[in-house]
Amino acid sequence: MTASENQGKENHAVLLVLFWAYVLIPLGWGVYQTFKKALALFA
Amino acid sequence: MPGFFSKERITAGHRYNRWLIPPAALAVHLCIGQAYAFSVFNEPMTRVLGISQSAPDDWKLTTLGWIYSLAIVFLGLSAAFGGKWLEKVGPRRTMFTAACCFGGGFILSAIGVYLHQVWLLYLGYGVIGGCGLGLGYVSPVSTLIKWFPDRRGMATGLAIMGFGGGAMIGAPLGVMLMKHFESETSVGVMEAFVVMGVLYFISMVIGSLAIRIPPPDWKPEGWTPPVESKKMVTKRHVHIDQALKTPQFYLLWAILCLNVTAGIGILGQASVMIQEMFKGAITPEAAAGFVGLLSLFNMGGRFVWSSASDYLGRQNTYFLFFALGTFLYSMLPTFSGEGNIVLFIAASAVILSMYGGGFATIPAYLADIFGTKYVGGIHGRLLTAWATAGVLGPVLVNYIREYQIDHGVAKADAYTTTLYIMAGLLMVGFICNLMMKEVHEQHYMKHDEVENGETA
Repeated sequence: MTASENQGKENHAVLLVLFWAYVLIPLGWGVYQTFKKALALFA
Repeated sequence: MPGFFSKERITAGHRYNRWLIPPAALAVHLCIGQAYAFSVFNEPMTRVLGISQSAPDDWKLTTLGWIYSLAIVFLGLSAAFGGKWLEKVGPRRTMFTAACCFGGGFILSAIGVYLHQVWLLYLGYGVIGGCGLGLGYVSPVSTLIKWFPDRRGMATGLAIMGFGGGAMIGAPLGVMLMKHFESETSVGVMEAFVVMGVLYFISMVIGSLAIRIPPPDWKPEGWTPPVESKKMVTKRHVHIDQALKTPQFYLLWAILCLNVTAGIGILGQASVMIQEMFKGAITPEAAAGFVGLLSLFNMGGRFVWSSASDYLGRQNTYFLFFALGTFLYSMLPTFSGEGNIVLFIAASAVILSMYGGGFATIPAYLADIFGTKYVGGIHGRLLTAWATAGVLGPVLVNYIREYQIDHGVAKADAYTTTLYIMAGLLMVGFICNLMMKEVHEQHYMKHDEVENGETA
């Protein structure tokens, strides 16, 4: 594997983490808000 | 040079990381899932003129209810008619168009609130936004199936889970924005629409820019397609128009419609139903919590069941949905009669997880039966089953309940017949699933038609 190929893979890895975080953080926030609401059922 | 939106421009290299595709799909589905949460704007929109309380010229709730209904109708229509266009132009152009429609629909609706012209909301969020919903919903599905031939169910489940999750973001975001912009002269709806329209447009455009299609001969590293075809999983392709001539399409249409009808029956009435079936034991706050819990299971079921279907097989997964669903639905009146809230909630949660699972597993079922080449378009046409169930489910529940109450049945018992009818619908779904067979030889595309992308 060449150095540039390695570099490309690293770039992909960073992009992968950032992109997943970009969608999962708002989703996690939404799930948390709904979960807080759902807790009222057990109160 | 191929255009910016062309399929050639977005064809990835062989070393492209396929795990970048699900977040691109999620970036779209998390936005359009907001549609499920549109009702948070309804009450404030009845006070646009009066601000603190409704003025005589303010909109009525019945007038506003049409905005969501129109959006769902146009979701079904645009998915059905736009599916073939999607197969032709590819996912980037379709996702970008969806972004323009959905974001633009919000902006037009904001103008409608500002001018207090309800027809602008019908046209904006209902018609134009609805087209954005339909195009956005189907656009990443076939791309995901092509990138994940080894895990079709999981891949489409991830995206469609986003649609369920979108409501969980859209509802608190809408409420937060309205609260932020609320003033003595505004209920904050117009401003919230503008902010959400811009945010959703940007997020969906990011998804459209990130989407890639795999090169024609691409397969996942280390994965070899099974030499012998599995039962009910074809390696060939049926053209989008030809699919409509097969009984399998209509059986799958019925399977989706019945599964969704049964789920909506609970989801649409959950708050009122649990309060009436457990009178005095469940407060309105706890009932709202019950709805939240069902939403979590609806979303989780989309990922869990569709991923499980990769191992169980699509037909077996739907057998499980229909058999377990029938049993649980028919047990709900018993749990209510015994006052067993815990079992009632647990059974409802499992039913809702299968409702979501039914949505998320259907694209992979279609790909197994009709092949992957036109699955996005065929899926779009199948979504008319969703629009039908969206009308059928609530009508069934409301009409039967009203009829029974009018004939002297106690409110707490008025749901019993409805729940048994829902169980019956699921039994019909079981039979439809049992009738599913492989597509007849005559419907498959010939080798040269597949190569040339010929029409059937």
